[in-house]
Amino acid sequence: MRYLGRKLIRAALLLFGVSVLCFLFTEMAPGSFFDEMRLNPQISPETIASLRSRYGLDQPLVVRYARWACSAVQADFGFSIAYNAPVAPLLWTRAKNTLLLNAVAMSTTWLVSVPLGIWMATRRRSAWDRAMDGVNSILISIPEIVIAVALLAIAVRWRVLPVGGMTSMDHEALSRWERVRDIASRMLLPVITLTLVESSIIVRHVRASFLEVLGAPFVQAGRGLGIGKMRLLFRHVLPAAANPIISLFGLSLAGLLSGSLLVEAICGWPGLGPLILDATLARDIYLVIGGIMLSTLFMLGGNLIADTLLLLCDPRIRIGAANES
Amino acid sequence: MNRKPAILIVALAALHLTLLFAGFLAPYDPTAQDRDLPYAPPTRLHFKDASGLHLRPFVYALKPAPDGYIEDDSQRFPVRLMTRGAQYKLLGLVSLNWHLFGVDEPGKITLLGTDEFGRDELSRVLYGGQISVAAGILATLIALTAGAVFGIMAGYYGWIVDESLMGATELFLCLPWLYFLLGFRAFLPLHLSSVRTFLLLTGVIGLIGWARPARLVRGIVLSVRTRDHVLAAKGFGASDFYVMRRHILPEVMSVLLTQAALLVPRYIAAEVTLSFFGLGVNEPTASWGNMLSVLQQYNVLVSYGWLSAPALALVITSVIYGFLADALLSRLEFQST
Repeated sequence: MRYLGRKLIRAALLLFGVSVLCFLFTEMAPGSFFDEMRLNPQISPETIASLRSRYGLDQPLVVRYARWACSAVQADFGFSIAYNAPVAPLLWTRAKNTLLLNAVAMSTTWLVSVPLGIWMATRRRSAWDRAMDGVNSILISIPEIVIAVALLAIAVRWRVLPVGGMTSMDHEALSRWERVRDIASRMLLPVITLTLVESSIIVRHVRASFLEVLGAPFVQAGRGLGIGKMRLLFRHVLPAAANPIISLFGLSLAGLLSGSLLVEAICGWPGLGPLILDATLARDIYLVIGGIMLSTLFMLGGNLIADTLLLLCDPRIRIGAANES
Repeated sequence: MNRKPAILIVALAALHLTLLFAGFLAPYDPTAQDRDLPYAPPTRLHFKDASGLHLRPFVYALKPAPDGYIEDDSQRFPVRLMTRGAQYKLLGLVSLNWHLFGVDEPGKITLLGTDEFGRDELSRVLYGGQISVAAGILATLIALTAGAVFGIMAGYYGWIVDESLMGATELFLCLPWLYFLLGFRAFLPLHLSSVRTFLLLTGVIGLIGWARPARLVRGIVLSVRTRDHVLAAKGFGASDFYVMRRHILPEVMSVLLTQAALLVPRYIAAEVTLSFFGLGVNEPTASWGNMLSVLQQYNVLVSYGWLSAPALALVITSVIYGFLADALLSRLEFQST
């Protein structure tokens, strides 16, 4: 429990650090939301000054941060200037879609890449392994934006998949089952893109980590003792190879979230991505900060899950944690 | 010496030289518009016409048709080498107007087609590559310099320096970087000059990326610090700075080089991503990112396929760098075992 508690404290500290960093950046950067207004002769300087004080932007940085932090702890991320609405509900409606997309993409990624990685490791240096590895290293190098645009082009050109948005026009009129199918069909393109981008990295790590264990003396001993191939692989090799893979699960979340921002914006999935992008263009700082914080929160949450899994799966950590407490 | 990295380095050198001499290789000025030829398809090179076969390839002028353009075969425009055309500055120094190839006016040779303003896509890919690749390299330099400095400091001094610096790396490693990059862009004025945006963005991309190299460098420094020759140097009264420069930095170099091959394509992609969403380098300066941003319109994506040429250039660049990083990485592992 101490182990998890320490991880929790670390996560809280990181969240604090990220928020401080955000505010420091707002202070360092020249210009603000009201710059465009200032150019407009019909808006008087007094109006702008009163707007600034209404949104609390005339306060010094420390005061602004303290106020923001106090309300942020109560899940209130401030007020969006561009949408003229509180940030938290705005973020939450979009975050649900992002979470849905990421959860699905995450499961497909791992369902594809772990078996593939193991399969490649057991057939090391075979033609299949080499071919897949070659394809994989090309896939890793291709920037995700190119993959996303290329898949979108295929989907639009041959009309194989519906694109844009999350629901069809007549979504409200559909029955419950058809609604699920509607959303699923529109989710297909972003999920395929994310899976393609993420699994290339994970397959490589799974393969490397299995190769390492497969070369260990205890595996040869097991083979010599006549343990069946499958039993050896899943009962003996898998637990030993699991640790780096589970750690990777936490780390890959950062890539997935950044990738999903991009894919959402390109495929028109109404998640956090397009919202943050619009907020950036509108220079709506509290919304942007809220978005950054929320995505960091998701990531830390994912990392905590990974840590918990590690605790459950890896006896070394379990013993280490027990020794400390 | 493994031959594979050598081939890759030659390929990389060719790529960078191509971009460096963009002015000479590109037939037109990247910002020169031709409002009569928007979305013209890639010009076709011909060798054969009614009068028979020609050794020198030639092109026809385009004339508008109901759907796109048709070739006007009344006049041939032979492709010439070393033609005089738009002024440019070679390597930013020498003012020249020689181009590798071109056709006589009023003919036009646009081997990769034209964009919505009739600008030559090939010239823009070459010039845009200068911006995008320079952004990637500059950002990498910043990230690696910061990473090396902080990593060496953390590993060398240990204690509180190490603790605080490694805490900071953890912060930067766990940031969803694209969100953060966008966030930083939100705090900057929307309309900046291209040069300022370019510098600010590369600065930020580089600064966010210092954490991973710093960690790797620290790990190496920790093991090097207690080796005999380092201890001996210290015993002879060498200053900290001397030891770091003379004995520690060389050990770190191979890791930094490998990281560079990994980071450059990633940062080129970062610039492309930001410019793609209209948050990076803006028009009329060409960059691979802002050239690709027209693909956000479905009709462009479907009808004017040649406008995805920058994506192809980006993929080629990234794949070469990626293979080089793989080769360097396996060499590094080979050395350490």
